[in-house]
Amino acid sequence: MIKNVYGENLTSFTVKVRRQASPDSQSYWEAFNIPYQADLNVISVLQQIAKMSKNAKGESTTPVAWDCGCLEEVCGACTMVINGRVRQSCSALVDNILDENNDVLRLEPMSKFPVIRDLVVDRSRVFRALQKIKAWVPVDGYYDMGAGPKQDRKRQEQAYPLSECMSCGCCLEACPQYLKVETQRESDETDEQFEDRKNAEYDKNFVGAHAINQAMLFNSNPTGKMISGERLDALTDEGGIQICGNAQNCVAVCPKEIPLTTSIAKAGRAATIHKIKKFFDSNEK
Amino acid sequence: MTKQRVAVIGGGLAGLSATMKLCELGIEVDLFSMVPVKRSHSVCAQGGINSCNDQTRQLGDSEWKHFDDTIYGGDFLNHQPPVMEMALWAPKVIDLMDRLGVPFNRTQEGFIDRRRFGGTLYKRTAFAGATTGQQLLYGLDEQVRRWESAGMVRKFEYWDFQGPVIGADGACCGVVAQDMTSMEIRSFPADVVIIASGGPGLIYGRSTMSMMCNGAAASRCFQAGAKYGNGEFIQVHPTAIPGADKLRLMSESARGEGGRVWVPRTAHDERSPQDIPDAERYYFLEERYPEYGNLVPRDIATREIFDICVNEGLSVEKNKLCVYLDLTHISKSELDRKLGGILDIYQKFQGVDPRVNPMKIFPAVHYSMGGLWADYERTADGGLVVGSPVNQQTSIENMYAIGECDYHYHGANRLGANSLLSCIFSGLFVAPGIQTRLESMSMPASEQSSTVFEKAVEKHQKRHDDLLAREKNDDNPYQIHEELGDVMTKAATVVRRNDQLSAAYEKIDELFERAQKCGLSDSGNWTNQNVLFTKALIDMFPLARTIVKGALQRDECRGAHYKPEFAMPALESEDEAGRLQEAEKWCDKFEANNKKWLKSTVATCGADGVPELEYEDVDTSLLPPRPRLYGLVGGEIIEKVWRGRIANTSPHPAAIT
Repeated sequence: MIKNVYGENLTSFTVKVRRQASPDSQSYWEAFNIPYQADLNVISVLQQIAKMSKNAKGESTTPVAWDCGCLEEVCGACTMVINGRVRQSCSALVDNILDENNDVLRLEPMSKFPVIRDLVVDRSRVFRALQKIKAWVPVDGYYDMGAGPKQDRKRQEQAYPLSECMSCGCCLEACPQYLKVETQRESDETDEQFEDRKNAEYDKNFVGAHAINQAMLFNSNPTGKMISGERLDALTDEGGIQICGNAQNCVAVCPKEIPLTTSIAKAGRAATIHKIKKFFDSNEK
Repeated sequence: MTKQRVAVIGGGLAGLSATMKLCELGIEVDLFSMVPVKRSHSVCAQGGINSCNDQTRQLGDSEWKHFDDTIYGGDFLNHQPPVMEMALWAPKVIDLMDRLGVPFNRTQEGFIDRRRFGGTLYKRTAFAGATTGQQLLYGLDEQVRRWESAGMVRKFEYWDFQGPVIGADGACCGVVAQDMTSMEIRSFPADVVIIASGGPGLIYGRSTMSMMCNGAAASRCFQAGAKYGNGEFIQVHPTAIPGADKLRLMSESARGEGGRVWVPRTAHDERSPQDIPDAERYYFLEERYPEYGNLVPRDIATREIFDICVNEGLSVEKNKLCVYLDLTHISKSELDRKLGGILDIYQKFQGVDPRVNPMKIFPAVHYSMGGLWADYERTADGGLVVGSPVNQQTSIENMYAIGECDYHYHGANRLGANSLLSCIFSGLFVAPGIQTRLESMSMPASEQSSTVFEKAVEKHQKRHDDLLAREKNDDNPYQIHEELGDVMTKAATVVRRNDQLSAAYEKIDELFERAQKCGLSDSGNWTNQNVLFTKALIDMFPLARTIVKGALQRDECRGAHYKPEFAMPALESEDEAGRLQEAEKWCDKFEANNKKWLKSTVATCGADGVPELEYEDVDTSLLPPRPRLYGLVGGEIIEKVWRGRIANTSPHPAAIT
């Protein structure tokens, strides 16, 4: 049983949510009182708030908007900042958090992405980065061509952890070099024009640890490496690996414990060699 | 002529494999999903994907046997030609996913490793750790991203499908979808629409399914006239971790890798499980099913766990129903290599290390074998005609259904590691048929009169506006959803009784009335999750009614649908002659029951969401039905009698071996 600051059994606890009605409105804190039960996670707390639709003062309020999917930490949807730390809200167990934090749960949206509403943010930049670094195996097509190349177990055991990245954005939130990019829509723009301009803006800025890791994953795949040069081009382009300041926060917050800094170090070496090679190749011509 | 387009609803394994294959064929796709497609529910699939393979082949396995296991496991309710075609394709599907970079576990020598799954005696299942679904989905997601970069795919993520657009000729010619951020409702002309929206787990409140698996997309097609097949067949997975927000799956692969299910022989034994000696443990699956042991098909494992806890009172805990799933006899390094992902889930959410302590698990709603009725064109030797525009088409022309939301692959019970296969197979296989359909069309959807699209948008806009304008009151959609989940879970899961089903049907009517009136706590028009959820909730009712009505009317036991009142008895006689006589009677009864019930349930949605049911013959032309006898007392005698009868009446099928 969790105790409050007075050493009594906890009967309820306070949840403070940083809310924001829309991208261009001001954020504010709203508090909710939640009856204590054992084994709650942050998702079930938010579900309860939706059901009550009343804040701690007893006033009617709208349900908090948030993203979620699988609730078992494999989809990457429910990332938010919980008591100052970025993580998945499904695996954030209330008992553990209350144990550390004097009866209060503070929920905030990630700060590196534009807020859409409340805890929902626009993470399209995460997926754009995967496009930029060509995170795919360039197969000829989908007809039956037999099995892929034989691969040794060791390589699979190295590739699998890198491949568990669920694009949740934790590593980006924690990164000092990853700065928020917010593009406002012009009134005379079509959907496509706005999309293109937004992507161009994303491409100029840091791709982030997750994308560098994916580039290394595909560069180590027997077929994937056939376009490894193109990936290294992307990584040495504007917004590439040179921006990484080696703070190593990414690896500390990754919920899947992906060896991100190892991937970054590998990418750094590969990028340097790639650059030198390219320099000599171009001098030869 | 303007370009033809296909709209795909849902970006899980089925939707993504269809999308990439269509792109390869030069067909452009609009892909709609409530979530970024990389977050689709397929990520939750853990254990693996089945195919016969070089190793099992030498032990006597074949595509035919994979087909046989699937049909037998599904209690013969599966349509046989699609299953045959799927089994034939299975090795190719795994080869393709291997080429796409899916990190399947490897043997020492570098081949794809395999494990055993339920309902088979062969090691057919390829796997990538214990997150195979996630890894397969990523492989497909990456290919679709490649096509997106090439301009062949337009993704509409965070768009909620509102319904199909049906033209004057009754054919589908587009979709209406709603932007979940701006709440804009818009129509999209499409020459063909593919529904790949997954299962309806949220109808049961808590299940192993993700939060977007609300069944609304399938229900919206059902309400627009598409037929729905075998709704009452809902798989309850034997092993899940109970939780307040979700019942988290504990994969069958835990048993495939040697996990053992047991309870203490003494009820609520208070000793820690490690202190209970082997003799005082009841390994009930192993004792009751010596051949398959812990790997009996899911419906059977589920019923046994339920029986041990509910009827025999042997639940591990007094106030909570659960049994032990024990892996502690397997080395930690092997567990980490093969099951790491799922063991981490258990540890993270339960705070207990399953490598050291047995897990506590209980069954949970997991998968819908039923779904949108879909068609196929059969070849003379019992497979499917490649490139036929009829394959996977729903009862509405130009609308197709694939993946979990179609109905014909898994019959009355799905075998583990067959769902990933059916999703990818149906996605790949539907594409050439759609190409044929597009080639035969004279007028593209985008050139149809704009009135039909305007009218469709108007209808959905009105529905939306009316909901926002509702008076606030004390009732709310989340409360109603919880109650619906309770009703469905009690009446229409493991054990079904007609009185409970009738009562549930009435209760559903009541809840539906409340859902029609309940207030919304958010009347805004920006990222309003409240109104989206309310719409989904209202659309759960036609499917909930279809499930319950189907279960109520089907007076028999078949696969996941179990009514004790109609269970086939075990043989009781002590002497052989008596047993033989009983077996003859048993087989008479079995035959009579099949005549009546070996039929697909096909529902049509009537006015106000009330389903009308019809029954349709199942294509059993390849493999004659036989009794499903896993573990039944006297099973061997029944089988002998049955084989005798079959030999006299029907020739052995032209086997594709």
